[in-house]
Amino acid sequence: MEPIIKVEDLTHIYPTGQVVAVKDISLEINPGEIVGVIGQNGSGKTTLVKHFIGLLKPTSGKVIVNGKDTAPLRVQQIAANVGYVYQNPNHQLFARTVREELAFGPRNLDLPEDEVNARVEQAVEFFHLEELLELHPYRISFPLRKLVGMASVYTMRPAVFILDEPTTGQDNITTQTVYRLIKKLRDEGSTVLCVAHDMILLAEVVDRMLVLRDGDLIMDATPREVFSDYEIMSSTHLTPPQITTLSLRLNGKFGAFDAAVLSIDEMVSEVQKFSNK
Amino acid sequence: MSESKPIIEFKDVTFWYGQNETEPALKNINLTIHEGDYVALLGLNGAGKTTLQLCINGVVPNNILGNFEGQVIVDGKDTLETPVREMAKIVGMVFDNPEFQLSQMSVGEEIALGMESLGYSYEEMVETIDEVLDIVGLPGLTERSPFGLSGGQQQRLSIASALAMRPKILVMDEPTSNVDPIGKEEIFQVAYELNRERNMTVIMAEHEVEVMAQYATLVVVMHEGEIVLQGTPEEVFSNVDLLKSLGLRMPQVAAFGNELEKLGIMNLNGQYPVKLSQAVETYGRLFEKKAG
Repeated sequence: MEPIIKVEDLTHIYPTGQVVAVKDISLEINPGEIVGVIGQNGSGKTTLVKHFIGLLKPTSGKVIVNGKDTAPLRVQQIAANVGYVYQNPNHQLFARTVREELAFGPRNLDLPEDEVNARVEQAVEFFHLEELLELHPYRISFPLRKLVGMASVYTMRPAVFILDEPTTGQDNITTQTVYRLIKKLRDEGSTVLCVAHDMILLAEVVDRMLVLRDGDLIMDATPREVFSDYEIMSSTHLTPPQITTLSLRLNGKFGAFDAAVLSIDEMVSEVQKFSNK
Repeated sequence: MSESKPIIEFKDVTFWYGQNETEPALKNINLTIHEGDYVALLGLNGAGKTTLQLCINGVVPNNILGNFEGQVIVDGKDTLETPVREMAKIVGMVFDNPEFQLSQMSVGEEIALGMESLGYSYEEMVETIDEVLDIVGLPGLTERSPFGLSGGQQQRLSIASALAMRPKILVMDEPTSNVDPIGKEEIFQVAYELNRERNMTVIMAEHEVEVMAQYATLVVVMHEGEIVLQGTPEEVFSNVDLLKSLGLRMPQVAAFGNELEKLGIMNLNGQYPVKLSQAVETYGRLFEKKAG
């Protein structure tokens, strides 16, 4: 399979300073993968993903998206394939009503008006935006505004979907909506990159994690491997989900399981396996 | 907890934001918080957590006007009869977005801002600035620009500014929702130390139930303007069905206990561990038996 994103020896230095934001990173992402990108603020996560939509260009190295080198392309030329949902929806939303916001992307893709309307309707239903449609995006609460930001990218159906901290400030209900969105995107064959500190999202929703520290890609592995790596976790100040930590503690004491568990369901089946031994 | 005196009392409080609002933002709130409590305020966005917190320093209803019924007594003062600037000496507030709270050119000026309005002398201010920066773990940063700090540092600066007024109560509204994991750790740690070592009463609205189960002495669950549950973390998180129906999470180790019980693997009499240490002990029994 041809990777949908290919990064070769990417280094990015911001013009304002000597700080190397990302250092010599190489990786490949295949179509349909759900990838979490983690690390502290300043570790290079956002710098890395902004290259995938052409918001940043490599200082050296190459970024190839959908078979095309991004260096000569403008953001608008990439945007049909790659959707970027900002952490702060205020950086993204500009229309006068939520309805216009949702219609803007597909209309910009020159889709026929009934297709535009159909996509708006689907997004409204999925994100439960029925009562917000005629409101100005700035009149609705910040967490709901974030959902509108996601919905307005979803209406464009990009092949690659980048979400920057989609669950911060969300409560459990809207967080579950974000998880459902990512699973739906997976089912529809999209590739998803999710910059996130939400450990449950990383444990239960993503397939693969990229761990960055000080601009270096220090680990590229499954969530199970990352969460089991005590050194990586503590050096990046990340705390695995409570259930994962429980499994690691019990494993340390009793050698109970084969590996760290990622969810309550997994923990239950591990206990069942153990008691049948 | 029960030995100390009540420091905050809500008596039949109902509040509507506007005359034309049909649904009140707070409905018939009765709540007693004791000195030294660490209160976790849980609920969906829009449940009324922020409104309840704004009642504690009197901003509701003195600055944010609306229809207010009932009484809030804080450290012996009726908020309806006490100016908000007086309440600021008792109640420190920290909000979710530190950038919205910062306005000054230096960390020192940021902290001095509140004190100036209270008539502190210059010497007192300098001394206090050093002291509160020390408490929140930012010693020596007086001259730095607040905007050059990390999110976690900015939020600790907000805490320091609140502490400069010598409050007895610290009210925090989702203080970690805009900071990275290091920042989260720092903020939870500072709040914990203030509560533990200085007997500060902490009221924190927060979605991270596992962390709240670890620290809180009292958990208050709100839904559509009402308090629907309150008690110790162990008491509150034994109400699995109610929490589920409200769309709220519970600590994973408690939800796990509930699953084990439903499957008949372990009988916990509806009382689930909520902290990691409790969980290791309780669920360790499943494996000890087998090993023994």
